[in-house]
Amino acid sequence: MNVAVCMKRTPDTTAKIQITPDQSSIVEEGINWIINPYDEFAIEEGLRVVEKHGGEVTLICLGPPEVEKTIREGLAMGAHKAIRLDASQVPVDPAVTARALAQVLKEGNYDLILFGKQAIDDDHAQVASLVATELNVPCVNVVVKLELDPEKALGYAEREIEGGHERVRFSLPVVISAQRGLNEPRYRSLKGIMAAKKKPIEVKSLELEESQLTVLNYAYPPAKKPGRIVGEGKEAVPELVRLLREEAKVL
Amino acid sequence: MATCLVVSEIRDNQLKNVNAEAYTAARQLAEQLGLTPATVLLGSGVEALADQPARYGMEKTYLVDDRQLAGYSGDCYSAAVAEVARQCEARVVLMAATAMGKDLLPRVAARLGTTTAQDVIQFRVESGEVIFTRPMFAGKVWAEVKVTGSPVVATLRPKMFTPEEKAVTGAVEKLTVPLPEPLAVVQEVRTSSGGKLDVTEADIVVSGGRGLKGPENWHLIEELAELLGAATGASRAVVDAGWRPHGEQVGQTGKTVAPTLYIAIGISGAIQHQAGMSSSKYIVAINKDPDAPIFKIADYGIVGDLFEVVPAFIEEIRKLKQQD
Repeated sequence: MNVAVCMKRTPDTTAKIQITPDQSSIVEEGINWIINPYDEFAIEEGLRVVEKHGGEVTLICLGPPEVEKTIREGLAMGAHKAIRLDASQVPVDPAVTARALAQVLKEGNYDLILFGKQAIDDDHAQVASLVATELNVPCVNVVVKLELDPEKALGYAEREIEGGHERVRFSLPVVISAQRGLNEPRYRSLKGIMAAKKKPIEVKSLELEESQLTVLNYAYPPAKKPGRIVGEGKEAVPELVRLLREEAKVL
Repeated sequence: MATCLVVSEIRDNQLKNVNAEAYTAARQLAEQLGLTPATVLLGSGVEALADQPARYGMEKTYLVDDRQLAGYSGDCYSAAVAEVARQCEARVVLMAATAMGKDLLPRVAARLGTTTAQDVIQFRVESGEVIFTRPMFAGKVWAEVKVTGSPVVATLRPKMFTPEEKAVTGAVEKLTVPLPEPLAVVQEVRTSSGGKLDVTEADIVVSGGRGLKGPENWHLIEELAELLGAATGASRAVVDAGWRPHGEQVGQTGKTVAPTLYIAIGISGAIQHQAGMSSSKYIVAINKDPDAPIFKIADYGIVGDLFEVVPAFIEEIRKLKQQD
């Protein structure tokens, strides 16, 4: 199995996000970058697939040279090699990212292309779908279970929907986006970290298409009104219920 | 006749309630942009539903009835919607940002050579252009975005647009569109245990955290939820510990919810959790630690031992139900 995992670096989940004074961008200084958590599930699944069926995992990441530090973390998990698509910054329009990735993916002849279900920075949740449409291959999003039968070139995936799951059958090659619950990503071992230093990261450059999505400004959400304590202990319950009923009118 | 087109979501041959939110948003948007508010229904044997969208101001309802559309298929549905959008000259295409909506509209946009603003929570029209607000970084930041491609495609986060009835005389038109062989096929739709309400769809959510001490105490959450007709949610800590399934996790790496009432029990309310629930209309917090961050955003907080407070809460609500 020739597996590609498209990954992105994102601020860690506890990061405080600061907006530049002109509201045009996010302050990047001081951010602790991690592999997008959903991409970690994708990498882990890719590794499990090649451990079971043989093959290689290639990480693909679009971004400036600085993202290589995060790519190495993916290599430390066990991925075999990586491609960095050189770009001074990650496009705001997910369709631009998708078409750039699709170009590289076409050349690689991958049987399985994995993504995280969304990046926790721009939360677009669509690059996998766009890449699959571009490549004209099946796509299953928000996947919590994956079974592959490489000999028959087909597989099954379970994807999360409201209040249940869809079981989807597809032929290979396929694009899958990973949801929490698919697996438990492995820790990076010291040996893995050492090995990752020697693994190749190929740099490719390509022309990005014009963006059809523009961010006009970034702002902080309106502040919530300060919290209010109704009281202490079970004695406060009747007052809570009264407020919910009479003030909030939700009971 | 250019349109503002809503893709209606149908599950089990029923229009989902969330469509009413999208219809309302589309009607308002169409009014400001001088478009005809319209919707498309896809499925097999769904003709009986075709008169419902007019209740929310949909002047035109397109119907694509085909056996191949009986169940959701990203491939067939996106091909059909893209074709309908072309035929009805859609300038704007909207759908609720549900599992189906978030899967479908980007595929439609790709087929139409445009792009999608996903998970929109607000919009405004300025000089004839739509400007959407969408949360990023799990809601820590809001971005105002504009789609410059045509049509403008966007999914709308559930519970963010209040449905308003506005009956019109709607016209129904049947369309036949060529459908591709699907690349991926949904073989089975499995609903989780007992058809329980999904945490993203419920008006009331009761969530539990580590303060419950163990899965054996989860019945407190369930009892309260059942009494209120609520869905149950969980903090990441509780999911990581294996007490609850991943599907119930609320927060940055879980579900984003915006119910009318969110009750956080034994949840400290770390920033990752707040990211998934801070848009709730009313937040109730029950926690023994007065310094827990959840109290900073709770409309109504009770500081105390949840093992005393929650049973009293259940008792009080039970009394209330008996009076009604």
